[in-house]
Formats: sequence, structure tokens, C-alpha cells
Amino acid sequence: MQANGAEQLTIAGIRIEAVMAGQGRPLLFLHPGDGFWPHEAWLAELSRRARLIAPWHPGFGHSELPRWFGSVDDLAYFYLDLAATLDLQDAVLVGVSFGGWIAAEMAVRSTARFSHLVLVNPVGIKASDRETRDIADLHAVGEVERTRLLYADPARAPRPSEPTDRDFVAIARSREALSLFGWKPYLHNPRLKNWLHRIDRPTLVLAGANDRVLRPGYLEAYAKAIPEARLETLADAGHHAHVEQPAALARRVHGFAGLD
Amino acid sequence: MRVYHFSEIAYPQAWDAGRAHGSFRVTLNNQLFDPALGGEVINRHLDEFMLCDDLGLDIMLNEHHSTATCLNSVVPLLLAILARQTKTARLLSLGTPIANRPDPVRIAEEMAMIDVISRGRLEMGLVKGAPFEIAPANSVAPRMMDRFWEAHDLILKAMTHAGGPFNWEGEYFHYRQVNIWPRPLQQPHPPVWITALSPDSAGPIAERRHIVATLLSGTIAKNLFDAYRRKASELGWIAGPDRFAYAALIGVGETEAEGLRRGHLIADYARTSPLVAEPFRNPPGYSSIAANVAALKSGPIGFVAKVTTRDGKPIDITKATVEEFRAADTVFAGTPDQVYAQIKDFHDQVGGFSHLIMMGQGGWLDRKDTEANLTLFAREVLPRLRELSPIRQAPAIRAAE
Repeated sequence: MQANGAEQLTIAGIRIEAVMAGQGRPLLFLHPGDGFWPHEAWLAELSRRARLIAPWHPGFGHSELPRWFGSVDDLAYFYLDLAATLDLQDAVLVGVSFGGWIAAEMAVRSTARFSHLVLVNPVGIKASDRETRDIADLHAVGEVERTRLLYADPARAPRPSEPTDRDFVAIARSREALSLFGWKPYLHNPRLKNWLHRIDRPTLVLAGANDRVLRPGYLEAYAKAIPEARLETLADAGHHAHVEQPAALARRVHGFAGLD
Repeated sequence: MRVYHFSEIAYPQAWDAGRAHGSFRVTLNNQLFDPALGGEVINRHLDEFMLCDDLGLDIMLNEHHSTATCLNSVVPLLLAILARQTKTARLLSLGTPIANRPDPVRIAEEMAMIDVISRGRLEMGLVKGAPFEIAPANSVAPRMMDRFWEAHDLILKAMTHAGGPFNWEGEYFHYRQVNIWPRPLQQPHPPVWITALSPDSAGPIAERRHIVATLLSGTIAKNLFDAYRRKASELGWIAGPDRFAYAALIGVGETEAEGLRRGHLIADYARTSPLVAEPFRNPPGYSSIAANVAALKSGPIGFVAKVTTRDGKPIDITKATVEEFRAADTVFAGTPDQVYAQIKDFHDQVGGFSHLIMMGQGGWLDRKDTEANLTLFAREVLPRLRELSPIRQAPAIRAAE
């Protein structure tokens, strides 16, 4: 992994930050709504057998948010532009939670540059009836409960040891951006499920065994809607499974995508 | 000076339950509201607003949602009743949370209707709304002020546009045939009021020459009014006192003790208002990044507004005594002479203002006390305030006798 920090990328005129590490086939990792910290262990694990590209989405961390961005459609097209700009070939597309939603929106548009899709506790579809909440309302609980919902073991929630003002800006921007893209409809696109049949690549849907955010049955519905999908479970992991089980996650991803 | 009586039409019968629940808003179970009793409460308050019309006081209404602190969830409905039932009072809606509403043209229609029925007595407040209003409206908080100003522009254009339907294809609102009937009586449109707490909010309001209204403390008012005056001056005009409004909690009595007692009861409004469960105090995107960074650094995010006395001493508004509130200019209370002196002193301190919003009822202050409070104020204090800050004749059009 390169120097402990981010690189600047300009994609379609939009300046973002990304961690780039490792060698081999490209692996584009799309983070969940909380963003990430560059010291998180999954970065090193995933980059052992791949050329990892882990951007902060536009509006998250310190990545620029164009004034006209307002929906996950914009993020999906942005990342398809990124894949083209970096000329990714035979790449693995991995998304966790909100990042899984973006990955699914990309894949229904074009899989040309990707060989495999891995969705880890993805949000993005509506599976149940209108009065049944598929996704826990993370905006209706306090910080302590929010952490408990996101992690099987809340002590594993990552935080910088001595946060700087720049870190606090990243947290505040990420929260605001998640709210912009995912407040209403709440963390889903009502039409996405009907387009998932377009995904024509082997897809692994990974469920954290202790996920408290997604309703039981949600990921089954997700996997069922994607033709070549299989659903597997990651033990001792909550919603942010990549943080809680970085090595196990990397093994599953590498194995699934033929990166062993 | 004009004085507008205001009450949130609270439902204190559910306050003990609200305290036990840890929040007066959003999640407080509506089974705690007894509709039969609630109907009596609302009718009682309408009677008190009617009394204002006889006393020479004006009237202000606001709205909140999912709460025991304010039963008025629909300003235009109560205002429509008063538009018909009152004769002379100015009717201030303060106001409609236009960034939380899907249909600005409907708001323009409601307001125009009230203006027409009241024969031109509407004062039209357009407000951002408090952070805990985001959840009941399920409103998207990021870029909320962009949505606010687009709604504002559309409402005013709908009220003023001559020459038939116009087109509106904005970022947030879309219509192809805007052409409201009725249109407002006051021309070009009823006076517009906007609420604010931070001096940073003053600029866009001053640019449009709208009335700015605030509350809670003299420090907040002075900083805000100063910022507005500076902006006006930069733009080449002088902002007179008729651009400024202050909302205070007011208790007057025949004796100081009686005035303080009334002020103390009304102040439960300020003490209960901020009791909101943590996740609804500061929804992401509602406050600026800078404000959120400051909040993240200082620990758990609070919503309780920072209120200080004139000496700069912070007070906790969830617990403050009526004396502390008086020192912060949140409350004016005492005998009519004392209350007049406090208001005059405050008026001079903030550089003058022509609109005083008087919360003359709050919490458990009962009907008898409220009527006595309003009557004594109107008889003993109001005439002196009219002299302190003379105002233009209200542009109301009188009903044909």
C-alpha cells in the first residue's frame, strides 16, 4: 500500500480522493455511507491480490461534490466514467451497503469493464411492502444505537486515534452526502429491483451474519433478482462486514473473482 | 409599534409523559392527545385570539408537527378562521415551512385566499423550520435553503405575475401553467417575513427587503439586526425599524409578583421546546459543515440554542428561572411600567424595531390569566409602545359597513 493517504483523481472534471494500492487485476471498492479511514485493515487485505482502487464518493470525505449531483444515478455514471478513464479491464466491482447500491446501479447500466460483482450487505432495492421497513432507520437513532446497528461488535467501529479538523470535515461531509443521496426514498431506488435482471456477470451477495440493519430476507430477494447471483454469509460480521472481517472478506472476494 | 399576540397552543396535559419519554417531539405517541379535550384547547385559544381583535392587538400563529408543545400543525386553517372572524387585527403567519412542502403554488393559493377573506390583513411568514421538523415532513435537509429560495421565488411570482399562466421548471418545483385564483388583495403581495437566529442568515433577507424576525435573546437579536442593517447599507438603503421583529414571552400583572408568575408559566414554552430526542436535533445537512465540525469536536450534538444574558452569562433555557430569562431578554415580566421599561430598554439596545411578537400565553397559563395578561398589556403598555415606535397605518382594507 502506498503512503498512508489518498491520491487525487480527476474524473469527468470532478476531483476526488482515492486510496490506490497493490498490483494485478483492478478491484474497484465502493464504500458504505460512512466513508472510511485510510488505516482500515480491509484496504491492505483486498490489495494483497489485486490493484485496489478505493475512492471516496463525490461529496464524501474530501471528494468534490458537483452542485448538480443529486441522486445515485449520478454516482453510477460517475464511476462508469472512472472505469473508462482508468481503462479498467476485467475488473472486480465490490460495494458495501450504500456502495453496493451504487455498484448495482452501475451494473444494470454496463458491465463491460467488470468480470465479477460483489455486493456486501447492499442497500438499494425495496423488497417488502410499503409498511415494512427493509433498512433500519439510521437517522432515527442516537450515535450509540447507530454503532450497535452497524457492527456485530461496536468496539470494532473504526475511528482515527486523534481526529483532526480535516477528519471532522470528512465525517460531516459524508453524513450530509449520504442524506442527499439516500434520504428519500430511504436508501433505495423503487425501480432498481426490476432492472437487476440486466446484470450479466457472476455476482456474490455477501451477508454479514449479524447484520442488524437489513431485514431478514432482504438479501435473498436481492440475490434472487440477479440471474447469476449466489448468496453467502460472513460469520461474526455486522453491516460493515469489511471492517469487522477484513481477511475473511478478502478471501471470499479473491476466491470468487479468481484472484487466488 | 405593532404587537402580535402569539401562543403555540400547547398541550401541557401530555408534558409529564413527554418528559418521561425524553422527547416532546417526533416520537411522542399521539394517543397521549385526547381529541375531545384538544378541541376544547384549540377553541379556547381561538377565543383568546378573537379577544386580541377587540383589544387592538395583532395576531401571530405558527406551526409545528408531531408534538405536545404546539397543537397548531396547519397555520392556514386557523388563520382562515380568524380571517373571517376578526375585523382589524393583522394576521401574521410565521409561518409556512416552505422547504418542507411539496407544492409552493398551493401555499400561494392558501395565503392569497386568507389575504382576500381578511380584506388585506395577512402578514406572510416563510420559514425554514426547526431541525426537528425534518423528520415529520421527511424533508431532505441538504440544500434545504436552495429549495427554500426557489419556493419563495415561485410563491411571490405566483402572487404577482400579470398576464396569465407562467412556466416554472426549476430544480425542485415544476409547473407549466401557474395562474392562481384568487390572487392576493395587498399589492404587490402581502408583506413577507422570514425568521432567523444567525447573523449569517441576514444577507439574503436584507437583499429582498423582507422583515426579519427572531427570538430568545437580546444578543441574538442585536447581532442579527446589525448584520441586516449592514447588508442594507451595502446595498444602498437604510433598514428602518419596520424591517425588524422580536418575539418575547410577556407576563404583566397588577403587581410585579403577578407579572412574574405569568411570565414564569409562559416560560415553560422555552423550557420544553428544546426537549427533542438526539437523532432529530440535527439531521445531516440541516446545519453547515462548519457548525457540524464544531459540534463533533465538542461532543454530543445539542440543539438547545445558546442563550446568554446581556452580561454574556449563558443560561440553560430548559431550566432557567423567569429572572434569568428576563436578564437575557427572553422574557419581559412585571408590572406594566416595568414591562414597558424593559421593552424600551431592549428596543434601544438592539437599534429599534417596530414589530413585537408577544407570547402572551404559554404552557399552563389558563384562560383567565391569559385574558387578564392580554387586557392589561393592551391597556397599559401598548399605547406607550405605539409612541415609542410609530408605524405606518396598517394597509388593511376595511369591510364595507
